[in-house]
Amino acid sequence: MIVSAFFWLFASVLLVSAALVITLRNPVHAVLFLILAFFNGAGLFLLAGAEFLAMILVVVYVGAVLVLWLFIIMMLDVDFAELKAGFIRNAPLGLLVGGVLLAELLFVFLKWQPAPMAEKLRMAPAAQGMTNTEALGRILYTDHVYFFQVAGLILLVAMIGAIVLSLHHRKDVKRQDVARQVARKREEAVRLVDVEPGKGL
Amino acid sequence: MSIWNTFLPALPEMALAVMSMALLMLGVFFRKRASDIVNTLALLALAVTAVLVLMTGQQGAIFAFGGTFVVDSLARVMKLLILFATALAIIMSVGFMKAERIERFEYPVLMLLSALGMMAMVSAHGLIALYLGLELQSLALYVLAAMNRESVRSSEAGLKYFVLGALASGLILYGASLVYGFAGTTGFSGIAQALKGGAHLGVITGIVFILAGLAFKISAVPFHMWTPDVYEGAPTPVTAFFAAAPKLAAMAVLMRILYEAFPDAAEAWRQVVAFMAVASALLGAFAGLVQRNIKRLLAYSSIGHMGIALVGLAAGGMEGLRATMLYLVIYLLLTVGAFAVVIAMRREERAVEEIEDFAGLASTNPGMAFTLAAMMFALMGIPPLAGFFAKYFAFVAALKANMVALAVIIVLASAVSAFYYLRVIKVMYMDEPKGAVAEMPFELKLVSALSVVFALGMVFWPQPVMQLAQAAIRSLL
Repeated sequence: MIVSAFFWLFASVLLVSAALVITLRNPVHAVLFLILAFFNGAGLFLLAGAEFLAMILVVVYVGAVLVLWLFIIMMLDVDFAELKAGFIRNAPLGLLVGGVLLAELLFVFLKWQPAPMAEKLRMAPAAQGMTNTEALGRILYTDHVYFFQVAGLILLVAMIGAIVLSLHHRKDVKRQDVARQVARKREEAVRLVDVEPGKGL
Repeated sequence: MSIWNTFLPALPEMALAVMSMALLMLGVFFRKRASDIVNTLALLALAVTAVLVLMTGQQGAIFAFGGTFVVDSLARVMKLLILFATALAIIMSVGFMKAERIERFEYPVLMLLSALGMMAMVSAHGLIALYLGLELQSLALYVLAAMNRESVRSSEAGLKYFVLGALASGLILYGASLVYGFAGTTGFSGIAQALKGGAHLGVITGIVFILAGLAFKISAVPFHMWTPDVYEGAPTPVTAFFAAAPKLAAMAVLMRILYEAFPDAAEAWRQVVAFMAVASALLGAFAGLVQRNIKRLLAYSSIGHMGIALVGLAAGGMEGLRATMLYLVIYLLLTVGAFAVVIAMRREERAVEEIEDFAGLASTNPGMAFTLAAMMFALMGIPPLAGFFAKYFAFVAALKANMVALAVIIVLASAVSAFYYLRVIKVMYMDEPKGAVAEMPFELKLVSALSVVFALGMVFWPQPVMQLAQAAIRSLL
């Protein structure tokens, strides 16, 4: 009872905010509604028992991706009138691509039959009494720990490579050296000069 | 205890990974004179890893990480060779990098990480492990190729290698996904099991894509285009490294995947491998004729040699695989010797690499001329030298497998390529001297002496190399 009430709540707010994302004129408001949509999507995932996906959605999408988006939209001065200028001209192409996608989706849902063997090939679902997070963690950090570590090393090499190829220590740029600043003494920096009145230095 | 046993087969890899990260930290802390210290310690790290490889069991195949990682005789021998080649490359680069003012402590660390990727490749017993190892070694190699940031050609080499390498990785991934889709598993033994009843067309497409991607890594025709440009543009010691270690690793992977994952599709892949062998041998021979730059010449030479090495793989069986393995070992030592001389060619503080710059080297610097001449004769395959045995065994293997056309091509390509090897010797011994070149540094003398002794001495004592090749392929048969 309570679950289905929450389902309707999350689902309706999700749909309304998703519709607002693509109809609102102000892009900042649109992104804010997208955040709301993601929160409600996370709620639906929770109801479905996929708590890991729900948390990832909130942490990664809301916490990182959309905040980044918000910054980009607020910093860039996007002229939406100009963006919409080519709308009519490109509409047929867009409709064509959309039509192909729709046909493919219909094909998948109506005609596609998985091979009878495919069901058996599917990996066994998580064992009873184990949360999604734990099951995923086992796959990633226990079963495939070797892959995980090698992938980590690849990222390390990418980082070293980026630094090696792009970090220049240019001589003609002044850099801050805190230790030298602190160690500086009055005698090195200040020179007292006896200036005669009316003459200057 | 059980966890320890799971990780034990990968101990050399883990040790190398930890040591290279430690060297990275060390480099940051020492800053000023880091390069020398890190170079020395990197050699030490390679030695320690080699000892660990020798210690991880001597007999049979050990599987780890759910069967995706295997330590067998092929993996052990190839790992030792890779570590050896990496050590030689680091030794050869010390002086050159200093002279060119591009010494950086990241350089040996990247070499170590690349060697680590190669070790992961030769131990891979599944498509995912194979791909990850391949990426690890390639990514480090892209950076090494572009190491000389001030040089436009070096940056171009890095970029070219990166873009084409990414394409090759994409091909491998696409092939792997097809194979996975049709076989239902990514493990090599599982794939072999699934293909027992004959290979579906989709699997064969996947195999061809994987072969294409690996052909890129060993620079076999038709995926050789990057080789001359990258060889020419990259700093010479890096080129020497390219010519040696990655080819060993990629060829070992090719052997393993063809003979352990797709033995029942042999009819399909044999044609592809035979085509790559013929095309590479011929292109290497003919395109080398018009080269003026010694590094480009060696690039085409390497394409041709990889073609002949592939002949053994196409022929298959004990003879064929042993011929390929023997070829790799001999080619490794010969090419390293040739590059030792090319690295040492410095005139007025600048590296010279045109073939004309070698004019009269025999009178100005007889030691270098002799080394290069010995390497050229050996690469040509003149009978008592080491290169002859490599070609001879490939020839015999092709005949035994009833591939007469391949055997004829080997002889033909060798005859044509003899022209450009002889031209280098002629320029060195018969042309007017062009002015003295700098004295060869000690470390390069050491490496070239090793190669010369090997090239001349193998005829007297061939057993160790033969036994090494035999031991390597034992696990595939």
